[in-house]
Amino acid sequence: MELYRSHVLVCGGTGCHSSGSADLIEHFNRDLKKYGIEKEVKVVQTGCFGLCEVGPVVIVYPEGAFYSRVKDEDVTEIVSEHLVKGRIVKHLLYHDSVDGDHEIKSLDEVPFYQKQMRVALRNCGVINPENIDEYIAFDGYMALGKVLTEMTPEDVIDILKESGLRGRGGAGFPAGLKWEFTYKAQGDKKFVACNADEGDPGAFMDRSILEGDPHSVIEAMTIAGYTVGADQGYIYVRAEYPIAVERLTKAIAQAREYGLLGKNILGTDFSFDLELRLGAGAFVCGEETALMASIEGDRGEPRPRPPFPAVKGLFGKPTLLNNVETYANIPQIILKGPKWFQGIGTERSKGTKVFALGGKINNTGLVEVPMGTTLREIIYEIGGGIPEGKTFKAAQTGGPSGGCIPAEHLDTPIDYDSLTAIGSMMGSGGLIVMDEDNCMVDIARFFLEFTVDESCGKCPPCRIGTKRMLDLLNKIAEGKGEEGDLEKLEELGEGIKIASLCGLGQSAPNPVLSTIKYFREEYEEHIRDKKCRAGVCQALLQYIIIEDKCRSCGLCARVCPVNAISGQKKQPYVIDQDSCIKCGACMERCPFDAIVKR
Amino acid sequence: MKTLKELEEIRQRTLESVNLRKDRTGARVVVGMATCGIAAGARPILMAFLEEIKNRSLKDITVTQTGCIGVCRLEPMVEVYLPGKDKVTYVKMTPEKVKRVVAEHLVNNQVVQEFTIGAAEKND
Repeated sequence: MELYRSHVLVCGGTGCHSSGSADLIEHFNRDLKKYGIEKEVKVVQTGCFGLCEVGPVVIVYPEGAFYSRVKDEDVTEIVSEHLVKGRIVKHLLYHDSVDGDHEIKSLDEVPFYQKQMRVALRNCGVINPENIDEYIAFDGYMALGKVLTEMTPEDVIDILKESGLRGRGGAGFPAGLKWEFTYKAQGDKKFVACNADEGDPGAFMDRSILEGDPHSVIEAMTIAGYTVGADQGYIYVRAEYPIAVERLTKAIAQAREYGLLGKNILGTDFSFDLELRLGAGAFVCGEETALMASIEGDRGEPRPRPPFPAVKGLFGKPTLLNNVETYANIPQIILKGPKWFQGIGTERSKGTKVFALGGKINNTGLVEVPMGTTLREIIYEIGGGIPEGKTFKAAQTGGPSGGCIPAEHLDTPIDYDSLTAIGSMMGSGGLIVMDEDNCMVDIARFFLEFTVDESCGKCPPCRIGTKRMLDLLNKIAEGKGEEGDLEKLEELGEGIKIASLCGLGQSAPNPVLSTIKYFREEYEEHIRDKKCRAGVCQALLQYIIIEDKCRSCGLCARVCPVNAISGQKKQPYVIDQDSCIKCGACMERCPFDAIVKR
Repeated sequence: MKTLKELEEIRQRTLESVNLRKDRTGARVVVGMATCGIAAGARPILMAFLEEIKNRSLKDITVTQTGCIGVCRLEPMVEVYLPGKDKVTYVKMTPEKVKRVVAEHLVNNQVVQEFTIGAAEKND
């Protein structure tokens, strides 16, 4: 490998990729050639840096200059100024990465990264995910080497148990126990599988790990194969993640070429291989029994447990199934030891957790923090707070299976148990922030609509129950709510949670129940006063022209598609509420802000 | 198929080229590369440093560039920073001189006095 004086790291995660980072790489290479410095400067495509909000992101080393929202024309300037003349282009730097004197701060001093601790994402944005040598350079496959040459399966299980690692897919089952169950299960053939069917709206941490550091998952699965006694593994990844699929495919081929997958790995008697299975995107296929049915080629429907996969999984054989992020933690635990891992996090939740920050937040992106970090730290210190100085209303964790956390719980340290205690759940780690403009009835409706669509239909509580709940919510949002509707919702919700077959139905009522719990008065306003305080539920709104502000210009009447606005010169215009369809066109058009919705 | 030993070799070899991306603590070699430096042949000097460091498999050394160091008549100029030591400025560098600076200064911690700016000023 050649030495270079400077490395230009260009983010190739899905976010930056879709804003054109592949073209930037081409442009960099073209310009480097133009100046004849292509042997001094290397351009590397990496995985996600996490700060998707300001993408495409480019970092130039050794200076560590963090360029954000890089456009095609900026590349010309970065090459001619920074790379040729050594003058950092300060006006293109990410604003939080320079201090008062315009000096570059190192990355871990940037507020977004300061409170983070990157374990699962350690290589994302640092290495080229398509180059196995770079993964090896950062201790890649060393954990596998250690396990194969120095450790028995029992040793690995003991380390995992001692570390306290819990499954990162949502439920938080202790990983060591799961490995032990599969190890002890009787069977002539066993399997290892990886759940990369990330389905929660707003969650994208698994995708980023697969795109940015695919070898960490491959290495961990191989360790798992050795530990439980499997020689075949499957990664079930959604077909909607084309970049992740492509990089995984390349990574598997490279690992095979190096003999890190296949027969007699690292010259030992242990053999193990991996295959990809692409999911078509059904949410229920993230449920473990449905996922395995799908891998086998059947319709993705869950079945009752027990038997658990550890006893009877893929093709009826004992199977170890973990989530992407769980696997990504394992090589580090083997190398650094269980004590190190135990030292991070809270009493019952060890290590770190990756969250996908979305919604009303300044720094949309991926963050990894030690368990026990409070919601306030994540939203205000790392996430940069809420745009336009609006007020925080609630945070939604766990996607359609989770719940809303109101402002009074902002200081709750986040771990598996504390989130469950306040009616939400860790889930896979989606974190959607909502402000005063979000209506909680509407939010509950959004998530429930999702689960109604995604319910596989096998068991009635989920198939019929969630639909009835959605009907009630629609009724409330349309201003037809009646006394007693909330109680019906609660009763239905509790019943569905108990009676559903799988995790999808068992958690589907959570968004509704938690919003009723914390924002009951908002629901009551919808029902009793027919009012939506956030101004979201269209049926409860009226567009009104404020007489004092109206200049009788007539623009509103001209854009109204249903001729609901009438008036004449020098007299305020009026909206006929019966024919108004509440499209909002008049409000947008009015140059004097004379139209409001209430 | 790779053995653990080969894996370790790949690791060492690649680490060289990627640890540029970590926060550095080791030596820093800065080549003056303003117009004057480049015109006097700074680019081959920079390449010579990279080449020599690679050949000797030296670790934790950053080679970077800077603007005009100020004494254009003595270009190409190179500044070497070792942790905890004063900077040393070498002048009128040639690829041959680079080899000695790497061997004596970066490897053995002995400043090559005859190439430094101090020695050059005396001779003038």
